[in-house]
Amino acid sequence: MRKASNREYAVAVRDLKKYYKLRTNFVDKILIKEQKYIKAVDDISLAITERKTFGLVGESGCGKSTLGRCVLRLEPLTGGNITIFEQNIYSLEEKELRRFRKRVQMVFQNPYSTLPPHKTIGKMLKEVVDYHKVVKEKEAKDYCLLLLEQVGLDGRFSESRPKALSGGQRQRAAIARALSTEPRLIVLDEPVTALDISIQAQILNLLMRLQEEKGLTYLFIAHDLSVIRHVSDIIGVMYLGKIVELLPAKALGKDSVHPYTKSLMSSSHMLGELFKSEKIRLTGEVPSAIDPPVGCKFHTRCPYSFDRCKKEEPRLNPVEEGHFASCFLCN
Amino acid sequence: MDVLVIKDLSTHFVENKGKVVAVDNVDLMVKETQTVGIVGESGSGKSTVANSILGILPETGEITSGMIRFKGEELRGFSERQMQQRIRGKQISMIFQDPMVSLNPLFTVGTQIVDVMKLHQNLGVRKAKTKAIALFKKVGISDPDKRFYNYPHELSGGMIQRVVIAMAMSCQPSLIIADEPTTALDVTIENQILNEFEKLVTEMRVSVLWIAHDLGVIRRISDYVYVMYAGTILERGKVEAVFRNPLHPYTQGLLRSNPIYHEPKSQIPTITGELSKMPPHGCCFYPRCKIGDEKCLDNNIKLIKVEEDHCVCCRKIEVRENCYEYE
Repeated sequence: MRKASNREYAVAVRDLKKYYKLRTNFVDKILIKEQKYIKAVDDISLAITERKTFGLVGESGCGKSTLGRCVLRLEPLTGGNITIFEQNIYSLEEKELRRFRKRVQMVFQNPYSTLPPHKTIGKMLKEVVDYHKVVKEKEAKDYCLLLLEQVGLDGRFSESRPKALSGGQRQRAAIARALSTEPRLIVLDEPVTALDISIQAQILNLLMRLQEEKGLTYLFIAHDLSVIRHVSDIIGVMYLGKIVELLPAKALGKDSVHPYTKSLMSSSHMLGELFKSEKIRLTGEVPSAIDPPVGCKFHTRCPYSFDRCKKEEPRLNPVEEGHFASCFLCN
Repeated sequence: MDVLVIKDLSTHFVENKGKVVAVDNVDLMVKETQTVGIVGESGSGKSTVANSILGILPETGEITSGMIRFKGEELRGFSERQMQQRIRGKQISMIFQDPMVSLNPLFTVGTQIVDVMKLHQNLGVRKAKTKAIALFKKVGISDPDKRFYNYPHELSGGMIQRVVIAMAMSCQPSLIIADEPTTALDVTIENQILNEFEKLVTEMRVSVLWIAHDLGVIRRISDYVYVMYAGTILERGKVEAVFRNPLHPYTQGLLRSNPIYHEPKSQIPTITGELSKMPPHGCCFYPRCKIGDEKCLDNNIKLIKVEEDHCVCCRKIEVRENCYEYE
């Protein structure tokens, strides 16, 4: 993959590694067994263009949430680096870190646990605004009402506690909180997964509109391929800590090449029908992240695997302009 | 004979704020070897229908009217003991949504399935174990003889759901009620499980009542579908008829809300607002409906047949001879 220069991209992730040490039990310690790791993110490089959406898709355990947390500087890295708006985020000093926290915001999945239950929505927003000194103190209250308006919440919700709000309304409040610091980048981790489909569509519409109006950059993480396809400009498909395919969203469907991407498409009932995707039946369970398979991590479930796949790990190689896949069949 | 016939079922919950009608005069039917799907969003009452059938409503819930006929017998007349001994797990089994809380964490999965079989089929432990391992294999559990001795926490969500399906099938029930069983699973695992489930259902000639909010799953697994909203059936019919030609504005809105039908990055045309206060009478969907008018608030909006095996509950649809149009 060609090396991205810092100035071209809002976010540049290089050779990122995030490993979690497994606790060794007493017997293993005595026997001096090798330290085991969960390689949640295993050597990933990607870049996000400003004002665009990078969609990160994969099933549970693939490491996409961990990657999101690294971009938010919430996890110490095992290797590699992350540059956001031309700054290496892991070497920021205190003042710069505060500014970073203003510029990079987050929206998480569960609207029922990400809002402080004892605070009213208005109070929650005002606290963030005051802490980051986004506006002058006397303007704060009006600013918060404006935020609520922008996310489609009536001003009266300012006096409500999360308990009084529905899932969709809480997610809107979470988005208002993310917007309150006037960020440039928002990391969204499964923001619509817990919502009914009609509410999901409302929230996606809101997020797309806000992106357009405010020139926001999104790292959008989800397991639902139809959602990812709709909101993204570039899509990264993850499996067991690796990116197996990286492609422009338009290419998903007819041009996707990796067997895992194709199986995600055909498993996603309506999406598979729409694109008349090749029906790929996967066998077996997702392997353990502690003892991932040797060679290609996907070979144990891949219907096309052959000898080489069991011994050698394929690299992310170009398939076409802007389209990369790690599969021996594609090169 | 029809396996399950429900007529005029109404269930309400008593809460601090008063009475909440969760199921409002619902008619439903499941024929032999048929898979019936109930699709609806949260608050539609679909899970309450399932819980009403099995008599497992929480303390605050109560069936206020209606008839639930299972293989000719009125279930509402059964005592708790009769339900436990004759119905639950034996003739009607249930599969719930969250695999992580479906099983007792203190016992191996083998113990749990053998318990069910001992209870309902009077089998000895050894026979039950053999049968259980054979069932595990049928639902796609690899190394079934080893998995038999695993505890639930040692298994993935997909594996647990397979165990639960095996348990549900173990006493050869006439009806399986599945309440969002694959919602919490990854899509590739869900796909595998649906394949295995469909094969078993055909082989064992079981009827299924499958409840979900995912239209794709419902379309795939059901023969017949009911669309529920705020406790009411708004549309029902053969699954292909309803999906190819959705009649009710709600069904249409629901299908349209799926991003796959739209150009990426475009605004998705969706149903405005949220499920909230019901109008005191008339159509429950009226507050969010784009084609409704004041007449929709009149009482007595009934299900009308529009085509073969396809009915809708909307007064805006006029049926004339062999065609229909929206008023």
